[in-house]
Amino acid sequence: MTPLLEIDGLSVRFGPVRAVDGVSLELASGPFGLGLVGESGSGKTTIGRAVLRLARISSGQIRFEGTDVTSLRGRALQGYRRDAQIVFQDPDNSLDPRMRIGTSLREALAAHHVVPRGQSAEHARGLLAEVGLDPDFASRYPHQLSGGQRQRVAIARALSVQPRLLVLDEPTSALDVRAQARVLGLIARLRSERKLSYLLITHNFAIVSELCEQTAVLYLGRIAESGPTGALLESPAHPYTQALRSAVPEVDRLARRTRVVLPGDPPDAASPPPGCVFHPRCPLAIDRCRTEVPRLRAVAPGRLAACHRAGEVLAGTAAGIQPAAGLPPPEVPPLGLPPLGSLS
Amino acid sequence: MIEAPSPEAGLAPALPRGQALWRGLRANPLLAVGAVTAAAIIVVAVAAPLLAPFPGDAGSATHPFQVLRPPSARHLFGTDQVGRDVFSRVLYGARISPLVAVIVLVIACVIGIPLGVAAGYFGGWVDEVIMRVTDVFLAFPSLLLALALAAVLPTSLTSLTIAIAVTWWPWYTRLIRGQAASVAGRAYIDSCRVLGIRPWRIILRHVLPNSVTPLIVQVSLDVGGVILTASALSFLGLGAQDPTPDWGLMVAEGQNYFTTDWWVATFPGIAILVTAFAFNLIGDGLRDLMDPKRSLLL
Amino acid sequence: MTPGSVRLAISGLEVRFGSRPVVQIDEFTLGEAEIVGLAGESGSGKSMTTLAILGLAHTVGATVSGSIRLDGTELTTLSQRDLRDRRGRQIAAIFQSPASAFSPVFKVGRVVLGALRLHGMSKAEAAEAAARAMRQVLLPPDLLDRYPGQLSGGQLQRVAIALALALQAEVLLADEPTSALDVTVQAEVLDLLRGLREREGMSVLLISHDLAVVAEVCDRVGVMRAGRIVEQGPAGRVLSAPQHPYTIELLAAVPRIAAAPQHETAQDDATQDGTTQDGTTLDGTAQGEAARARPAPNGLAG
Repeated sequence: MTPLLEIDGLSVRFGPVRAVDGVSLELASGPFGLGLVGESGSGKTTIGRAVLRLARISSGQIRFEGTDVTSLRGRALQGYRRDAQIVFQDPDNSLDPRMRIGTSLREALAAHHVVPRGQSAEHARGLLAEVGLDPDFASRYPHQLSGGQRQRVAIARALSVQPRLLVLDEPTSALDVRAQARVLGLIARLRSERKLSYLLITHNFAIVSELCEQTAVLYLGRIAESGPTGALLESPAHPYTQALRSAVPEVDRLARRTRVVLPGDPPDAASPPPGCVFHPRCPLAIDRCRTEVPRLRAVAPGRLAACHRAGEVLAGTAAGIQPAAGLPPPEVPPLGLPPLGSLS
Repeated sequence: MIEAPSPEAGLAPALPRGQALWRGLRANPLLAVGAVTAAAIIVVAVAAPLLAPFPGDAGSATHPFQVLRPPSARHLFGTDQVGRDVFSRVLYGARISPLVAVIVLVIACVIGIPLGVAAGYFGGWVDEVIMRVTDVFLAFPSLLLALALAAVLPTSLTSLTIAIAVTWWPWYTRLIRGQAASVAGRAYIDSCRVLGIRPWRIILRHVLPNSVTPLIVQVSLDVGGVILTASALSFLGLGAQDPTPDWGLMVAEGQNYFTTDWWVATFPGIAILVTAFAFNLIGDGLRDLMDPKRSLLL
Repeated sequence: MTPGSVRLAISGLEVRFGSRPVVQIDEFTLGEAEIVGLAGESGSGKSMTTLAILGLAHTVGATVSGSIRLDGTELTTLSQRDLRDRRGRQIAAIFQSPASAFSPVFKVGRVVLGALRLHGMSKAEAAEAAARAMRQVLLPPDLLDRYPGQLSGGQLQRVAIALALALQAEVLLADEPTSALDVTVQAEVLDLLRGLREREGMSVLLISHDLAVVAEVCDRVGVMRAGRIVEQGPAGRVLSAPQHPYTIELLAAVPRIAAAPQHETAQDDATQDGTTQDGTTLDGTAQGEAARARPAPNGLAG
């Protein structure tokens, strides 16, 4: 069965910077969730934008139901616009501040003639109710809503054209705890009600664990590892995943893990290190890692990892991971200007 | 990132536009003052023939025996160097200077705004081409450029208007281009693109309204500037010609007598001041009114 | 938890905008070598509390009444001048935006050395103190020679902490110090704060909306809502056995790495966001009409 979305060897370059470097992913049709986890510079946001044609692809393909997305024009492109939508991170800028909520929604409906003109106001109110908001909000302006409410309006707007695929770029990072829970609950509910398939971009493992069957961990534009979310979190196959996992603060003290310290800061994306891009910070680096780029390969059924020692990591037999205390001060990287703009 | 506290979240819904506008006017007395003054100026312009005691003086009449009389009951603003009633001329002047300013600014906006918005939204080569052309115009001191143009065209108020408009639009292009570029990068514009909304609609309904506010304030401030530019050119003989009661021309002509017969230049000058000030207030008030966040619509 | 002398004592504090109170804290203390958290959502008053402690509430038009004692000295009655002497020296602050402490046109060292000299050190003393402080935050001193744009967010935050150390401030106010940082960098900064408590005996007041961050580093925590502290106590106790309905609701809302089906918050509001059904308590099990479905573990094959 053809996956709903195939990302095939995607590379996106901004000048000298390789924001995304040879990434391949698949999304099944809904209900389905794929999590993209990474920190800044990982390329996760760029991948999401590329899927919606908001970023120019340097090489590789993105196929929706088998059709190359970048080759679409005219009516076919408009059709794709109905199939795939995006919700952005920043609730402050995701709605036109000068437009009433209802008008914003009706504009989206009108762009694709989803319902006859006369019914669009009513339909817009229905959309608001569907995302758990008072339909009377339609006459309000965005600044009269809280951040969580604005985010739900953004979701309503994305849903108005009845997409099959949704890209959610850090949908709750800018929200308060309870608003975040509400939005996550909304996503879960919509997922089952509308049979949605989504690409959930986040830095938060807990969120992917709740909402995504599959997860891919990204580092500097490449996939470090991917696989079923539960298995990936339970027993990572890549040292970066382990480090990331251990760095996440937990409310539940019993869930705490021994911290794996990653010295230094992420490398300069314009001139990545040779061999494995992670090796300068990797607690398990061996000589081979400095020279040979690890290929993304299967290390267990359904589990892919790009690490020479993935097998050991997976089995938990990798020696060389130090506990947090007692490390010498990290070596300071040479003066390198930070990457231009935000990469992820 | 923490969302800023939104105390208005969930307050009473926004009012329909008419009521909102009225509320806005009442809440903003300076805007009301500006609007009333501007309305008064328009009334004066329209009703000048009725209000002026000596309508003929706005034309070619001269009174050699009443030259340079100080303000009196008969001549409220005194008489000028050829004996004409300054008051009547000032009243008639309301037909000219503000009109010239408005026409100039309308033309400047009609040319400048679309170019600026296109440059800001599309970026790339469109931006390059438009901005380089704009730069060429901006490279010339605007007064000199207007002067050169006015000199080439047949001397008249119309030519003057065109000449000034041609030098004025580049400023607006540059001003709005920055705003438009900033707006074009915002998430809601991306969201419109992803929703498949057509570019022209995105520009017209989203980019333009969100970019235009600084321009509104600028345009209102420029009313006075245009009047002064027009007067400078008229003084040099390139625009309004005597006996046209153009305020700027009157100020220019009255300069020579300023130390002894101050009223000749002062009253037209005050008229320019009042007009420019009224439009400034309107501009500020409009900006406040148009910003939904300033809760004038609540 | 170390008992010890109280460094910062807040009592009967009220911060208001005109007649509208935004902070009302009866009792709150920060002791020696302690990290205390103030947790809450936006609008809860946590940031206003920070401003009030620093004597900066008037800059946003708020008025302060009540008592804030720093090492015994009442801050609310001090003149701006006396406050300035204390700011930095006795009580330092770092904020959410790492770049907020540094003007982009000056090298960070200039800011650090400038602040040190402002508080009376000579050039040589300042240089020495700055270098020492940089090493304490695990940064090489020559980073001081860089501009803010040449340093990462994590590095900037650490320099800001170094500044506090160099001034030998004993109390550090950290207002969302890691919200804008990546997870791994955040972990390092939190480690650093813990280290400061251990090695330097520093007292830290940590303001955060992230309960997990609070759980990681705080000894005690106060949960704020609508300007009041609704619950406070040892972090371990408050966060694992909360008693106030609001705390319970907050904790229930934190997403956890699922080992079992997740709990859900109250069903989506059809009315105003932010209103809770008062009295509703939520326990940790999956309940409620909108319980999130746990995605099936058999995902895409191959």
